[in-house]
Amino acid sequence: MEQSVYFYIIPSIVMFCCGVYGFITRKNMIAILISLELMLNAVNINFSVFNRFLFPDQMEGMFFALFSIGIAAAETALAIAIIINIYREVKDIDINELTKMKF
Amino acid sequence: MEFSYTILVLIIPVVMFLLLGIGGKWMSKQFAGVLGTLAMGVTTIIAYSIALTYFFGTTQGQIVDGVRQQLQVLDFTWLQFTDNLVIKLGVLLDPITAMMLIVISTVSFMVHLYSLGYMHGEKGFQRYYAFLSLFTFSMLGLVVATNIFQMYIFWELVGVSSYLLIGFYYTKPAAVAASKKAFIVTRFADLGFLIGILILSFYSNTFNFLDLTTNPGAVVATAGGATFMGCSVMAWALILIFMGGAGKSAMFPLHIWLPDAMEGPTPVSALIHAATMVVAGVYLVARLFPLYAQEPGVLEIITVVGAITALYAAIVACVQSDIKRVLAFSTISQIAFMITALGVARPELHEGVGYMASMFHLFTHAMFKALLFLGAGAIIHAVHSNEVDAMGGLRKYMPICHITFLIGCLAIAGIPPFAGFFSKDEILVAAFENSPLWGTWLTVVAGMTAFYMFRVYYLIFWWNNPDFGEHKPHEAPAVMTIPLIFLAAVSCVAGLIPFGEFVTWNREVYHIHLNYTVAGTSVVVALIGIALATVLYRKENSIPEKMQNAVRGLWTAAYHRFYMDELYQFITHKIIFARICKPIAWFDRHIIDGTMDMFANVTNKVSVAIRGLQSGSIQAYILVYFVGVLLIALITWLCLI
Repeated sequence: MEQSVYFYIIPSIVMFCCGVYGFITRKNMIAILISLELMLNAVNINFSVFNRFLFPDQMEGMFFALFSIGIAAAETALAIAIIINIYREVKDIDINELTKMKF
Repeated sequence: MEFSYTILVLIIPVVMFLLLGIGGKWMSKQFAGVLGTLAMGVTTIIAYSIALTYFFGTTQGQIVDGVRQQLQVLDFTWLQFTDNLVIKLGVLLDPITAMMLIVISTVSFMVHLYSLGYMHGEKGFQRYYAFLSLFTFSMLGLVVATNIFQMYIFWELVGVSSYLLIGFYYTKPAAVAASKKAFIVTRFADLGFLIGILILSFYSNTFNFLDLTTNPGAVVATAGGATFMGCSVMAWALILIFMGGAGKSAMFPLHIWLPDAMEGPTPVSALIHAATMVVAGVYLVARLFPLYAQEPGVLEIITVVGAITALYAAIVACVQSDIKRVLAFSTISQIAFMITALGVARPELHEGVGYMASMFHLFTHAMFKALLFLGAGAIIHAVHSNEVDAMGGLRKYMPICHITFLIGCLAIAGIPPFAGFFSKDEILVAAFENSPLWGTWLTVVAGMTAFYMFRVYYLIFWWNNPDFGEHKPHEAPAVMTIPLIFLAAVSCVAGLIPFGEFVTWNREVYHIHLNYTVAGTSVVVALIGIALATVLYRKENSIPEKMQNAVRGLWTAAYHRFYMDELYQFITHKIIFARICKPIAWFDRHIIDGTMDMFANVTNKVSVAIRGLQSGSIQAYILVYFVGVLLIALITWLCLI
């Protein structure tokens, strides 16, 4: 059965758009972080799919995806740490309330 | 040159000024005072040696064909703008310079000495001596000036030192106001002086006194008959220059600053506001007298100004109750005598006796008025008040002060053989030579002089015996009485100096001979004045009170100095400030500043309006970013198909 690339790309696009939407609209920093992860994973899917379909005998796309996952994990850890510290400081993680360092 | 050491009389005071002004705070008060006094003593000795060598020396050819020469002993170019416009600084020696050197150094030294006692323990003692040195320097610089511009420079310097010394008690609002008033009024007059200098030098192409006065006819001719509003421009120049002199010499109507200037320490009043600075105007007219003689119309104006001032000040002096104010108005009146004497002087009238009389009176007046002021200072020091009400019967407590003050009063009243008699007699002779009107006028004023001086004398030393309580007045310390005794001695004998031998308008010898009619009349008038004062004020009685009530309107007007200050206040505040300055200020504030404010406001408004875009919210940025990306993608796609 011939599998179309669209089977993979359309979920990826949906994921990415959900991520963008969540990133823009959510006020909770944890939710924003989750949206960010969603976008990253959409990209990871793209890496794998295009590698698989365009260059089946090469592995660069896969490595990029792995690399990206690793970095995303580190970045998430860092972001969570920042959010926890902010929470300790201002007892809130609503992004609109964090205006202390504005202007 | 023999006289080149004259520059020392300028260098010593200015060095003292810098030394005491900068280093004063590291010196003890006593040391600073004694140092200043000693330096002044040295200056005095040098000044005397210059003057005496000039008058009596024979080696340098000071006298050629019976005419004392004007020696320009030092003259260096200070600023050269163009070939014609050169400003020089130098030292000119001639009879009036030498005479002024003696007057200034003597009085200044006496005041330095006296201040050691009078200002004892005052805050800012070093500063006081620094300013005295500055003043002495400026005043000496003024009299030795070789050109009118140098004179103007030092003229302003004496104005500044006067300002600084009047405002010496800078915590007292009255003193601060008085110093400002003195500075502004004289500065206003100096504006006229400056314009006069510019007109004069514009036509004559020189600032130098020698060039201006050796051939005055040619200088006047340089204007080429140019006129302005019906007067020749030279006459205008001379009137404007006289305006500067009138401001410094407190001539009516520019006299208003001098009575207020009495807020300064009393020795300062003696030095600056009685003996030296206020006669700068007289000196200026005398210095340019050959030019003035070319314009008799200007001399007429000077005479009228002087005569009105003399009478006005004498009337006001009769009713004042503050002894320093009486002396201030007396000073104005006496300077007006000198100015009038110059005004009535004509080269053709009696060998120009008015000029000699004016200088003679300047000399004697400096001595006895300094004496009177220093005496008044000693009295104020003793009773801690300026008002005559706080005094009375002081002759028992302060015998030396009493005798010296009496000598001063006799001298100013014109009783022979005291100094004032001889000089005033010459002035009256000169006035009668010119016209009987001025002669009679000045004789009457001389009688009033005798009256008001003896009124204040009796009110201080006789009148009643107020209860001084625990705090009995006491004689001043020796450092204060020695200057009094010295000046009293000078006042006794100064009139006997054959002044005409030394100072005359053409610098030739003039033999003074008493005109017995004039002299007799003036003595009789003076005696009447004294007798009147004796009757009214010797013992406490109610006659003065009754007289005062009889002419209450006149008395009140005179007591308030004929409302001259109020008039000035009205003109400046109600007319100049309200009608002219306010609209100008409005224009500046609203039109000039308004334009600039508009630029600032527009910038501010725009920035406030667009500041919201820089929200700092990442989410908003991202939204814009994605919209942008989508738009670009859309456009690219549209372009590709």
